[in-house]
Amino acid sequence: MAAALPTLKSRPLSLTYEIPISKTKKFWNEIKEGKIYTTKCKKCGRLFFPPVADCPTCLSSDIEWVELSNEAEIETFTHVSVLPATFQKYEPYTIAIGRLREGVRVLAWLKDVKLEDTKVGMKVKLVPKVSSEGMLTYEFLPI
Amino acid sequence: MRKVAIIGVGNSKFGARQDVNLAELAFEAVKPAFEDAGVTGKDIPFVTLGSAGGWYEETLPAVVTAEYCGLTGAGLVHCEAACASGSAAFATAYLDVASGHNDVAMAVGVEKMREVDTPTILELIGRAGYYFWEFHNFGITFPAYYALHATAHMAKYGTTEEDLALVSVKNHKYAAMNPVAHFQRVITVKDALEAPAIAWPLKLYDCCPVTDGASAIILASEEKVKEFKIDTPVWVAGIGYSSGTANLTNRENYVGLTAAAHAAQRAFKDAGVGPDDIEVATAHDCFTIAEIMAYEDIGFCKKGEGAKLIREGQTEVGGKIPVNVDGGLKAKGHPIGATGCSMIYELTKQLRGEAEKRQRQVPLKKYLALAHNVGGTGHYCYVTILRR
Repeated sequence: MAAALPTLKSRPLSLTYEIPISKTKKFWNEIKEGKIYTTKCKKCGRLFFPPVADCPTCLSSDIEWVELSNEAEIETFTHVSVLPATFQKYEPYTIAIGRLREGVRVLAWLKDVKLEDTKVGMKVKLVPKVSSEGMLTYEFLPI
Repeated sequence: MRKVAIIGVGNSKFGARQDVNLAELAFEAVKPAFEDAGVTGKDIPFVTLGSAGGWYEETLPAVVTAEYCGLTGAGLVHCEAACASGSAAFATAYLDVASGHNDVAMAVGVEKMREVDTPTILELIGRAGYYFWEFHNFGITFPAYYALHATAHMAKYGTTEEDLALVSVKNHKYAAMNPVAHFQRVITVKDALEAPAIAWPLKLYDCCPVTDGASAIILASEEKVKEFKIDTPVWVAGIGYSSGTANLTNRENYVGLTAAAHAAQRAFKDAGVGPDDIEVATAHDCFTIAEIMAYEDIGFCKKGEGAKLIREGQTEVGGKIPVNVDGGLKAKGHPIGATGCSMIYELTKQLRGEAEKRQRQVPLKKYLALAHNVGGTGHYCYVTILRR
């Protein structure tokens, strides 16, 4: 390996974005109540996940909040061993995409199942969660 | 729309390029492209620069690059289409000339990815989907996005980890013959299968490296081809582009990229040819599964039969349709914004019969080539068909 070539360090910059959630506030509030809510277009009937305030199909903003079941089937998954910068303190995690009974899909961590036991087509439940750091999230768990 | 030709191409050495900054790296592609075409910066009224950025210090890469390469004063735009930024730049330059607005245009692709550490690169590329819904809580990485497709493809079609390894072995083999490639060594299926997991089922050799690089293409009208006395113009026969949802969960399935299939159909329609007419292709193999899905999305084989094509060696030189015989993103390297232009660079060399090593030159009869460049995980796709 050649010796490192000369470089000049840039000024360090730490960025945090304040992300507006006014229009999806109910989703985050309901997680604290142990429920998963999403939106449905009252005009065309399209059910969304993730929830949106405006329908891209018919452009109506007349939407309603509906509670989702927790019944999901794994469509695909991966186990992430090499982690990005802000996840360095976590253990490797399994990410899965599950299709809910209502037809919408959710991407989330799949917990408490070994990688070798994880299969496409397996039935799991979608569970809202407030993490130990206070982050509002949701995860798939075995039934 | 009028005919547009590629009249000059240039490509920097791809690799860990700590010896140069962004603009210096771009210069290594721009100058050879000028020399190849026999033109200078004064002949170029419009420049498009493909770069995804975020991992290097400059916010306005087009402006910095144009100044350094003597292109200031030309019309200038920075094109972003994630890993297809180079193709977005190429398409924008092509449309400028095809429309008759300018007679000559230049597309430059450049990316400097190694000024930050690997976890930071994984973070920044992992955010390139829908940060809010897929990264914020779940820390998805780019290998993981494609691993989700690999798992689905394996479950539905019986594609195996060995099949994925074969793509890597093929692309390393050709990279070792390509002087601009990042990796210059062959690997075995055993090496690939025994490598550490990055995002199961993808392992180290299933993933493209983090690479610095630049590529430049000069396009011109038919009149200018005559005026500049270009010996071997390569014509843009057709171009197609499409896009996919930001959230992976809003896709129809995970066994292919709908945007890629649509872009290919549009390009074939534009060129008036079909998949069977193509004699050499570059496909977006950021991960090995991506090359297998590309075979299917382009139509080189039926859906679900991509693994069969690699097993039978049909995508090698001498096979039915040689793919990525420059080493691909996998082994030539994937400097994100440079890749689209570098695909055009490679195909131009192939169509002129100038591939550096004889074993890498594809024998041609129809002189038709195709570049398939995906941005993100099928968020963008550009397919370009070239004809000599």
